[in-house]
Amino acid sequence: MSFLSYAWNWLRQPQQWHGSEGIPVRVLEQLGYTGLSLLIAALIAVPLGILIGHTGRGALLVVNLANAWRSIPTLGLLVLLVITLGFSPLAWLIPLVVLAIPPILVNAYEGVAGVDPELRDAARGMGMTPWQQVRKVEVPVAMPLIVLGLRTGAIFVVATATIAAYIGLGGLGRYIIDGLAVNNYGEVAGGAALVVLLALAVQVFFVGLRRLVVPAGIRQQGRPS
Amino acid sequence: MTWSWIPQNAAMIRQLTLENAYLGIVPALLGLVISLPLGIACARWKWFYPPVLSAASVLYALPSLALFIVLIPYTGLTDTTVIIPLTLFSLCVLVPNVVDGMRSVPESVRQAATAMGFGALRRLVQVELPIAIPVVIAGLRVAVVSSISLASVGQLIGVSSLGYLFIDGYQRDFPTEIIVGGALIIALALVCDLVLVLARRALTPWQPPSRQREAAEIAARQQPAAAVPGGAR
Repeated sequence: MSFLSYAWNWLRQPQQWHGSEGIPVRVLEQLGYTGLSLLIAALIAVPLGILIGHTGRGALLVVNLANAWRSIPTLGLLVLLVITLGFSPLAWLIPLVVLAIPPILVNAYEGVAGVDPELRDAARGMGMTPWQQVRKVEVPVAMPLIVLGLRTGAIFVVATATIAAYIGLGGLGRYIIDGLAVNNYGEVAGGAALVVLLALAVQVFFVGLRRLVVPAGIRQQGRPS
Repeated sequence: MTWSWIPQNAAMIRQLTLENAYLGIVPALLGLVISLPLGIACARWKWFYPPVLSAASVLYALPSLALFIVLIPYTGLTDTTVIIPLTLFSLCVLVPNVVDGMRSVPESVRQAATAMGFGALRRLVQVELPIAIPVVIAGLRVAVVSSISLASVGQLIGVSSLGYLFIDGYQRDFPTEIIVGGALIIALALVCDLVLVLARRALTPWQPPSRQREAAEIAARQQPAAAVPGGAR
């Protein structure tokens, strides 16, 4: 049998769609963890990235952070925190937030630092205060990259939250981990199919968000360079 | 930390490190081999690039654990089940970098090569690809570092890597094992990264070190989408 037939056979059973371990509850859990972690990460990383991009201070640190971050093994971080902190919400929240910060920070920094110097000069020449320059010129121009950073951060949070089922977190990863534990490939495949669909839905959400927050004049240029 | 655990288990640690290195390096190299023709084709026929880029960005959004599971009915609980998704992720990083590398060749250089009598193939191998090397290697560094780290997730479906130390350490409530596993993955990634930096210096002797840094920075700017991928998934 193929992956799809396993997944479909599991998904179409009515009992998967009800109760506290049903699919709707698990989807909401996963969206909750993802949304909360991403929100906290964004509140820290977006202002910090804009600040570093505007002042140019700490740029080297940001670039090095991004390089080091890629090598951190998620699974190791999760299990280490859970055996040192116990089964508290911090054990999953810390890794989820920490792993989402670097892409958001680097893209916000790159976006603001990459603003055309002539645009900056023009803004200053028009008599804008530094705060106005940031708010009215630098942030709108950097918006495509800021959204891209959030989107990349969301990819990692969704993936990490799935793996975090191994340390007891709810969400869609539960089906994968529980199914693997009892060798029930149908449940594992159903869970994986739902994770894939959720990851795609998150991408669609960010395509929509990009349309909403990126000014029309910048959207025309396509990919920023 | 229980330091004595390390020498007592040196043979196992060495074995797991080798397996992890294999699962990390093979996908990056396969990704390079596939992305070169694909990227060159995308650079040459412009209409081909947007669909490839969209496919890559969709694929890149999928969690590795889910992709491993999709493959289990076809490739079983083998190395291949881990290597295929990691190769696909490497492609998502490498193809845009190959395209940008090819596009970074100045038109005047291309025309000069043609005027010197270079055919299309010779121009590609002797002029365009060497100029693209710094940008391609920048992508390869991202790919190999992420693959090494991601390979440990394969342990959840039973494919052996340093991830074994995470699972075993968790089940035995033994932090030393987890810390050793994490430190070795990061060290392995750093070593591969360093090797690639040295390879770039050796392959592009015409670039003075400061210019190389500049080239890498330009590459990062040109490719914000690929500037920070990899890592946890």
